Amino acid sequence: MRLLSGISLGQFIPGESFVHGLDPRCKIICTFLLLTGLFLASSPPDFALWGALLVAISLLSQIRLGLVLRSARPVLFLALITILLNIFWTPGHEIFRAGFLKITEEGLILSIRMGMRLFFLVVFAALLMMTTSPMSFSDGLERLLSPLAALGFPASEMAVMMTIALRFIPTLFEETDRILKAQISRGADFESGGLLKRARSFIPILIPLFVLVFQRAENLAVAMESRCYVPGRPRTRMCPLVWRRSDSAALIILFAFISALVALDRRFLRFLIR
Amino acid sequence: MSIKIERLCYSYNTGTPAETMALHDVSLTIERGEWISIVGHTGSGKSTLSQHMNAVLIPQSGLVEIDGVPVEPKTKNLRELRRKVGLVFQYPEQQFFSETVRDEIAFAPSNWGVKGDELQARVMEAARSVGLDDGLLESNPFALSGGQRRRVALASILSMKPDYLVLDEPTAGLDATGIRELVELLGELRSAGLAVVQATHDLQSAFEFSDRILVLEQGRGIAVGAPEEIARYLLDNPVHGLILPPLVRFSAGLAGRGLTIGLTSGLEGIIDVLEAARKPCGS
Ligand SMILES: Nc1ncnc2c1ncn2[C@@H]1O[C@H](COP(=O)(O)OP(=O)(O)OP(=O)(O)O)[C@@H](O)[C@H]1O
Ligand SMILES: [Mg+2]
Repeated sequence: MRLLSGISLGQFIPGESFVHGLDPRCKIICTFLLLTGLFLASSPPDFALWGALLVAISLLSQIRLGLVLRSARPVLFLALITILLNIFWTPGHEIFRAGFLKITEEGLILSIRMGMRLFFLVVFAALLMMTTSPMSFSDGLERLLSPLAALGFPASEMAVMMTIALRFIPTLFEETDRILKAQISRGADFESGGLLKRARSFIPILIPLFVLVFQRAENLAVAMESRCYVPGRPRTRMCPLVWRRSDSAALIILFAFISALVALDRRFLRFLIR
Repeated sequence: MSIKIERLCYSYNTGTPAETMALHDVSLTIERGEWISIVGHTGSGKSTLSQHMNAVLIPQSGLVEIDGVPVEPKTKNLRELRRKVGLVFQYPEQQFFSETVRDEIAFAPSNWGVKGDELQARVMEAARSVGLDDGLLESNPFALSGGQRRRVALASILSMKPDYLVLDEPTAGLDATGIRELVELLGELRSAGLAVVQATHDLQSAFEFSDRILVLEQGRGIAVGAPEEIARYLLDNPVHGLILPPLVRFSAGLAGRGLTIGLTSGLEGIIDVLEAARKPCGS
């Protein structure tokens, strides 16, 4: 029985590709650029170009496209609702009608836009997580946020917290899966009965899970303290981040590409509206 | 009446880069009243195999049949199969959630609709059979010692009266006394007609008590047979991560010096053989 699929949304997939080798700071900025660009994209032909960009980046990451696309599955439902809401309830020029449901041209364009934005948003974020190990991701984020430390923002503590959280998500999935299996083999039944009974049936899963999480947290805290971790105290790195030429190049090329996409989008829009 | 496993294969995370082949072409038949040990290095697939025996995992290819009922995704009565085959997970005390030991032990049978006096009787019986004091029934399972927790976990499975008992590393984390008591208990259950299947690292107890042993290596069943055969097999074909227990190696050494001795004769057997060998010289 596959209760929880082992690989969760955007889990790191180790590799040697060009994208894997980029500096995490570069990848975080690039993702940020991509997300910003996405919010300026609005026309269907432009989204086709965004799709091409996605394919290109996945090729450079040497991650199978299917796997990249699959990372959008968790938000599929959300995207569908967004599309449905927009397609039927946007006033404008009517192009189709069945009973009280009508589809307007504006609604169609808007729903494609919303759905596409949501899709690309998740997929690009997932690509970042698939090509960046949690460790280097939080390293990069810490460095990017370090200027804020002067203003009292706890950048390094945030980074440590994030590393730990990211590190434990897969473990948590595994533990949940194990506890779930164990209770099922003791006859736990999550499917039958009313709402209350079903909610109650999760108690045998949640309590052991909480116990385990607290135990782990405590062990981890002791282990870190016994190795002299003090929050806020500056730490040295074993592998300091190095910004290479390829990072600058990737950043510049991506920026140019996104600018072009945004500029093209204006054109498409003008064309569509005319 | 038996659990039949034929050419079973199972991979985790199928279709993703993290795909791991955990079982490859494993076959085994378990009769009631039999004690079988599954041994293998860590990661060899012992837990995965155990979880197939009570339909928590469904075979991806190959066959698992429990008392003649094949385990398939569309099998109706998986719950009934899970009652027949009690599975004690690795570190079972991590599944506790009740406030009292009594509730913990009552969880499984109550899920199958056992109520009232019958339920209480089952709890008492299960608790006694694992040697838990009646006084402990009202205490908090989280406040018990490691050995006591393990007993509660075992009782929480026995209370559903399984016909087969599958234990995943039941001796892990127990001290020598704990191991001996557990093994004795399993022997009693077996005599009472249960099949006992034990995935274990503890080769000594596997050789001493099992009727048959299955050796797993990287998901493949590489040998199955009586302890004596398996000891001989492992002596001739060392398996990574499986070190023969000292007594078996000692017996093998004696046999190498020309003494007639079984490899799994245990301490008593070795002493007897040595005694017998000494007499002619002394007289
Ligand atoms: N939930 C899971 N998700 C992914 N892979 C798994 C999972 N459980 C086990 N595996 C993999 O399947 C293989 C067999 O694991 P299994 O737990 O059955 O071995 P084991 O013999 O019980 O090991 P141990 O002695 O350490 O308990 C291992 O390679 C393991 O990494
Ligand atoms: Mg195991």
